Amino acid sequence: MPGKTLAEKLLSEKSGSDARAGDYVEAQIDVAMAHDITGPLAFQTFHEVAGEDADLFAPDRTIFTIDHHAPADGVQAANNHNAVRDFAAKHGANQFDVGDGICHAVLVEEGFVKPGDLVIGADSHSTTYGGIGAFGTGVGSTDLGTALATGELWFRVPQTMRFDVHGDLQDGVYAKDLILRFIGDVGFDGCTYKAAEYTGSTIESLPVHERLVLSNMAIEMGGKTGIVPPDERTAEYLERQTGNDIDLSDAFHSDDDADYESVHTYDATELAPQVSKPSNPENAVDVTDVEGTEIDQLFVGTCTNGRYEDIKIVADILAGETLAPNVRMVVVPASKSVYTHMLHTGVFETLTDAGAIIQNAGCGPCAGYHQGVLGDGDICLATANRNFPGREGSMDSEVYLASPATVGASALYGEITDPRDIETNRYDDTIFAEVLP
Amino acid sequence: MTDPSDTTSRPDPSEPARAWVFGDNIDTDQITPSRFIVSSDPDELAEHAFEDLRPEFSETVEPGDFVVAGENFGSGSSREHSPLSLVGAGVSGVVAQSFARIFFRNAINLGLPVLICPGADAIDDGDEIHMDLDAGIVVNHTKDEQYDAEALPSFLQTLVERGGLKAYTKAKLDR
Repeated sequence: MPGKTLAEKLLSEKSGSDARAGDYVEAQIDVAMAHDITGPLAFQTFHEVAGEDADLFAPDRTIFTIDHHAPADGVQAANNHNAVRDFAAKHGANQFDVGDGICHAVLVEEGFVKPGDLVIGADSHSTTYGGIGAFGTGVGSTDLGTALATGELWFRVPQTMRFDVHGDLQDGVYAKDLILRFIGDVGFDGCTYKAAEYTGSTIESLPVHERLVLSNMAIEMGGKTGIVPPDERTAEYLERQTGNDIDLSDAFHSDDDADYESVHTYDATELAPQVSKPSNPENAVDVTDVEGTEIDQLFVGTCTNGRYEDIKIVADILAGETLAPNVRMVVVPASKSVYTHMLHTGVFETLTDAGAIIQNAGCGPCAGYHQGVLGDGDICLATANRNFPGREGSMDSEVYLASPATVGASALYGEITDPRDIETNRYDDTIFAEVLP
Repeated sequence: MTDPSDTTSRPDPSEPARAWVFGDNIDTDQITPSRFIVSSDPDELAEHAFEDLRPEFSETVEPGDFVVAGENFGSGSSREHSPLSLVGAGVSGVVAQSFARIFFRNAINLGLPVLICPGADAIDDGDEIHMDLDAGIVVNHTKDEQYDAEALPSFLQTLVERGGLKAYTKAKLDR
């Protein structure tokens, strides 16, 4: 028998079986999460299967956030928020309210997820947790509601596609550009039912906030999860962010002779900044192919690229400058701590001086709910993960996806701009930690 | 309102009915535009199913009709509101050349019949079809053709036979 992949080992451990790709297993969940859109439906399921007064499988490892319609944009959204608050309070679960931030940012920052954990979230971008070596996967509300009662869920053990990347990225090229290229190469459904595993010297040298970007967008190629094997860098990052001691001995790594479905090898030195054209993330091209495309709105934020390090890149580009006259810029920090850091480091002021609008932490206009919806004919350049038809508003609007550096550079000129000539505070993964006590 | 847990009152996918044909990469936002998903009510969600893509769908879909699609149907969000809107609309089943993972899983959990059918591109909008879940085929009455579909893996067949994930879990909790 060949060795096992990280995903096979983790699901073997959690199911108490010798799990191989293709097997169906029932596995123990470490962490469960839902938010204001998916929570209420999951609560209905929980009540139906377990009863109104049943206990959660582990309230201390259950997290609910209010981030999608936050603050409420209408009565129904407000009622959903109250449903989350009531359920969390009644069952003693962790709950994060309006302004606390996006579920995926909060779970990592607050130390709920550790390397080696099996995490389900009722949100497709729950793949994000793979960036710290967990098996994170998105599920529906019925899955989540039943798992809240039992602490377990069925899984088909995925095959693994390995993305092996070597060499130094050029200045102005980031993890976002890597993942857009991967999606462009394998296609929007190229990793469906499978796990993505990111390896190689380039990935090993990426700071953890960048690894989270790779894992976050695994779902954009259909991936069940997207994992970066955890290392000392992972442990240091989590210890600094959360104050918790991290024990990597519980984490999993693929065997050298693991059976990968496929291996995709990349030379990072050749990669140009990428832009995904409307209306699918797989439409990734070199920025030079779309340079000069005029933009109406720039959006910096989301669970993909709304971290402090991302927003700092944009601020460094815009420092002392002003937005091009034809554009508006919406900046939405991914969490309250990002927001606070922006205030204390001057990033907030730099951006507002340049003409940007800064909103409360949350999902913002990413899915077209509110706070920056696009009108007919509007073109947006976003650090987001999706650019489906009508994703951020009108079916006649268009969204291009790019890294924070490309969005920052483009804000200066009002058209898609190659960020490679612009100096940024690249890969300084200590900037978040050093500012506040 | 439609009770999504009551799978016994659902339309029978072995009864011929109209096919509504969609293309590749139909994502969850196109199935149920995100501005409407503050509701979890299948009937209310059904009023907006495919609203931006085919506004006539929600007004003229008949209970028992089928949704037919190309590759990667249901890509994007984990929101169960999308398959739930089809349940609310009375759709009796979804036939696609392939499905996105979470949508496929959600549909099974909700008891909405789904078949992976590589030959589904032969079905035209408005054709009269039915699904034979036991035989794993889709029959096209308009064209007098039939198409092979992939049988559900045995684990999922068991899950469906036991009434979906909720019934399965209830039974497990009662043990």
